[in-house]
Amino acid sequence: MNGRRGPAYWLLAGFFALFVLFLYGPTLTILVLSFQGPQGGLTFPMNGVSVHWFKNLFEKQMVGDFAGSLQRSMILGVAVMLVTVAASFAAGLAFRSRFTGSAFIFYLAVASLIVPSILISLGIGLLFRVLGWDAAWYSSAFGAHLTWTLPFGLLIMFAVFNRFDRRYEEAARDLGATSWQTIRFVVIPILLPSLIGVGLFGFTLSYDEFARSLYTSGTFNTLPLEIYGMTTNVTTPVLYALGTVTTGVSFLVIALALVSFTWVRRRRQRHGSDAGKAA
Amino acid sequence: MKRASAWATYLQVSPLALVFLLFLVVPIATIIVVSFFDYNTTQIIPAFLLQNYEELLLSPVTWRTYGQTIQFSAVTWALTLVIGFTVSYFLAFHVRSATWQMVLFLVCTIPFWTSNVIRMISWIPFLGRNGLANMTLIQLGLIQEPLEFLLFSNFAVVLTYVHLYTLFMVVPIFNSMMRIDRSLLEAARDAGASGWQTLWTVIVPLCKPGIAIGSIFIVTIVMGDFVTVRMMSGGQSASVSLMMMNAMSLLQYPAAAANAVVLLLLVLFTVAAMMRLVDIRKEL
Repeated sequence: MNGRRGPAYWLLAGFFALFVLFLYGPTLTILVLSFQGPQGGLTFPMNGVSVHWFKNLFEKQMVGDFAGSLQRSMILGVAVMLVTVAASFAAGLAFRSRFTGSAFIFYLAVASLIVPSILISLGIGLLFRVLGWDAAWYSSAFGAHLTWTLPFGLLIMFAVFNRFDRRYEEAARDLGATSWQTIRFVVIPILLPSLIGVGLFGFTLSYDEFARSLYTSGTFNTLPLEIYGMTTNVTTPVLYALGTVTTGVSFLVIALALVSFTWVRRRRQRHGSDAGKAA
Repeated sequence: MKRASAWATYLQVSPLALVFLLFLVVPIATIIVVSFFDYNTTQIIPAFLLQNYEELLLSPVTWRTYGQTIQFSAVTWALTLVIGFTVSYFLAFHVRSATWQMVLFLVCTIPFWTSNVIRMISWIPFLGRNGLANMTLIQLGLIQEPLEFLLFSNFAVVLTYVHLYTLFMVVPIFNSMMRIDRSLLEAARDAGASGWQTLWTVIVPLCKPGIAIGSIFIVTIVMGDFVTVRMMSGGQSASVSLMMMNAMSLLQYPAAAANAVVLLLLVLFTVAAMMRLVDIRKEL
């Protein structure tokens, strides 16, 4: 705020650096340890360097059904992402006008955030049992994940629409656009970065969800359940290889979101305003 | 025209409402109904009994477990609040370039998008008997024997909570701080306030909504947690959810449901108390 950086700044900067180290240090440790040699153990020192444990990971008999659960989690994540983006966007549009029951639905969304995940998991599990249905990752777990991603999506859409200038829509309507055209060619392009953000939430929250999958995924495990199962019976660095691969996927998704985010912004700058360019 | 747009509004909100109805309201109602059911070793029997609640509330184990869970929540809340506030304060008031602010904020949030279970596992090579922490301390000559309490203890549980969830404090507090009008700080300085006085009398009160939202997240997550307690305490500590899961694995569904209802009431009561401090919808 003022010109010089006093001791307070350096103290806080140091604290911040320690915090970042605290956040990333352990993950980096297992990243390094996952390249442990075939004879290496769960802790340092490194006993050679190899990709032995990564190969091990993809051999089905060795460590449960990693490939299968990864595939299920990916499909589920993408499905949750698509529904989250579409449903939150639609609900965001609806919440711009007051309607009977809007407060109730808003409180449901808040409740969905604060009710502990395990209770939702338990409730859906019990419900399916009482009804005599089989829980499965594509039905009950899908619904369970949506109760976690939709509130985030809705709250983000609230924040976004609060800052949205409705005059763009009015202008489109004045120029004769139908309401669908207004949404398709005006609202969605303007909100695209936020929709990407909602999608990122949708995918990653579902991909990493443990508690809400516990009683809802039925016979076939999703990835976090598989990993959790492995922690209790695997005592080799294959566990770390698994961690590295999973974290890698997460980082890939985050990077993808960031890249498309920047891409949209760049494009917007290039094609942006033509104000004052008319002859 | 008016009627048509009202229909469109309901159509737009219906997918969201339907999901909450089917996967939140109905399941919670199921838990409440089942909590009054009877059961034997093989099945649950529809009934209206208070026995599940009696057995739960009269057992000293229940009270100890709830005490343990509340204690974890309180300790984690205090630590994440102090750390989260300090981190946000640095980002909001000491980092001057907007680009750096964004970058550092992203650095703090990225771990949120990775797997919690993996982030827990990643403490093992750090805290274990032959882990980095012990090795370093021994090499520095600070200790002779490896410290046993680092992994599989309440210490490890709280450390992991702080590691996983401080972000839930940072984001809302940072959001509150970024909305503070900077001229207020100048006014405080011009009026002769010291740095501390500005912090306590201007910044902290204006951050209350962010603090409340962060606290709600932390407290509800920790109260419902079982993965961290089970993995990081090595089976030595209990939590309410773990107790519920034990009942589930013994097929005592009504007992688990009664416990779930009590936990739900506790969480809702705590959140209602915190919500009095803040109107969430205004904060977006």
